[in-house]
Amino acid sequence: MNFDKELNARGLSCPLPIVKTKKSLADMTSDQVLKVIATDCGAVKDMQAFADQTGNTLLSTTEENGEYIFFMKKK
Amino acid sequence: MTKKMAIIATKGTLDMAYPPFILASTAAALGYDVQIFFTFYGLQLLRKDLSDVKISPLANPAMPMPVPMPVLVQALPGMETVATMMMKQKLKKHGVATLEELREICLEADVKFIACQMTVDLFEFDKSEFIDNVEYGGAAMFFGFAGETDICLFV
Repeated sequence: MNFDKELNARGLSCPLPIVKTKKSLADMTSDQVLKVIATDCGAVKDMQAFADQTGNTLLSTTEENGEYIFFMKKK
Repeated sequence: MTKKMAIIATKGTLDMAYPPFILASTAAALGYDVQIFFTFYGLQLLRKDLSDVKISPLANPAMPMPVPMPVLVQALPGMETVATMMMKQKLKKHGVATLEELREICLEADVKFIACQMTVDLFEFDKSEFIDNVEYGGAAMFFGFAGETDICLFV
């Protein structure tokens, strides 16, 4: 998937993946896509909840070799 | 309309210091307008230097221990320092932010910190030991915000 910016949240625990996602989205423009890589399994539900509550769109969530990859489209 | 959350932080130990800062920074990331009212021992969390924020195994039977430890051993001098060191190592290993980092994240996200003036006076705290981004006020001032919140928590 194409993306405009990547956030490395590997090794970070709650709430850092969410907080850093929010920060990364802040300096992006509408419809741009942020790729987030996290290792905290709690982030899977948290990223969906973040998207639901902020109006950004979680395009996909995948797991690869113990890493979670999210694509989030800014509203 | 922007959602609001208010937290009352009353504890000054390492374990109880995390929930207010974690919840506040998360709520701010979700777009909430957040205020934390620091009172009694919670005021310790506003000090510039947080190295005195510790955890004690004493009177804390739920704290997981590497080996079973009788209460009398937990009361020995230095046990608090050992427990604090172990907890900090554990937090670091699991990628949990330090209190200083979380507090900074809260401030960057415009979380408002209010220190209870009454307890500052009661404990004779020196305001110069606190970080700069603190407003001082009373319970009535806090209710001005808390009364309109969607979530209000006592920690």
